[in-house]
Amino acid sequence: MMRDQKLWSWHVAAGIVILLLLGLHMTIMHLDATLKFTSLNPAGGEPIDWANVAARGKMLFFPITYVLLLSAALFHGLYGLRNILFELDPGAGLKSAISVILIVSGLGLLVLGTWSAVASFDLAR
Amino acid sequence: MLRVQGFPNRLGVRGWVGGGRWGMERYLYTLHRLTGLGLLAYFLLHIVVTASRALGEGAWARAMDTVSGGVFKVGEYLVFAAFAFHAANGIRLVLVELGFGVGRPIEPVYPYKTSLDAQRSLAIGALAAGAALAILGAVELLVLR
Repeated sequence: MMRDQKLWSWHVAAGIVILLLLGLHMTIMHLDATLKFTSLNPAGGEPIDWANVAARGKMLFFPITYVLLLSAALFHGLYGLRNILFELDPGAGLKSAISVILIVSGLGLLVLGTWSAVASFDLAR
Repeated sequence: MLRVQGFPNRLGVRGWVGGGRWGMERYLYTLHRLTGLGLLAYFLLHIVVTASRALGEGAWARAMDTVSGGVFKVGEYLVFAAFAFHAANGIRLVLVELGFGVGRPIEPVYPYKTSLDAQRSLAIGALAAGAALAILGAVELLVLR
């Protein structure tokens, strides 16, 4: 039970990290025209245009914060999903299986996302 | 040693939908879960799709072409609106978890007041902040682009 209390505290802490970093991500990617936040989209046009993606990819700040956001969001989301599934009272065996599946898929996606952040940083340089 | 015992969830998923006498905060709880599940589904796909940038400009352009068009534009806005609500309501939940905005302890004297009465303004504030952000997103994603 103590372990669940610690995990819940990490869930809340991850939520605060997500709030800051996803807020920044949303501002750059989805509110850039309204908020005139165009300095991180130096090529103009859409934030998803390759020139802008490559320009951001060159800055060390982005791969570091991407990996931080990725870790926090994967933990927050998958732990939240685990809590929802556990509330439906699955048996002990099913609970273990759910935990293993979520941990393995979370780690797999963390590896994929981290590789992509590091490789695109190398590519952009 | 203090042992915390959970209660069996007899209502299952149906318990999410019916708020009973719990009021508005219970429906915010349901909406927080639904938006959370939607955001998680989107996020897992987003990791896979945006990983293509590591393979260069051509792979990135193909990935972005796959997820462009009217349906994806509306979907992108729905994700933004879900984020706006989940973030604003999440701030409210963290504040309540830390004991802010729940009111001071009072004697149980009739007519009874509950902590939820004290929390209502926080809930309304969270909804207003989420709605304002969602409107800002609608202007950018559906009007300006």
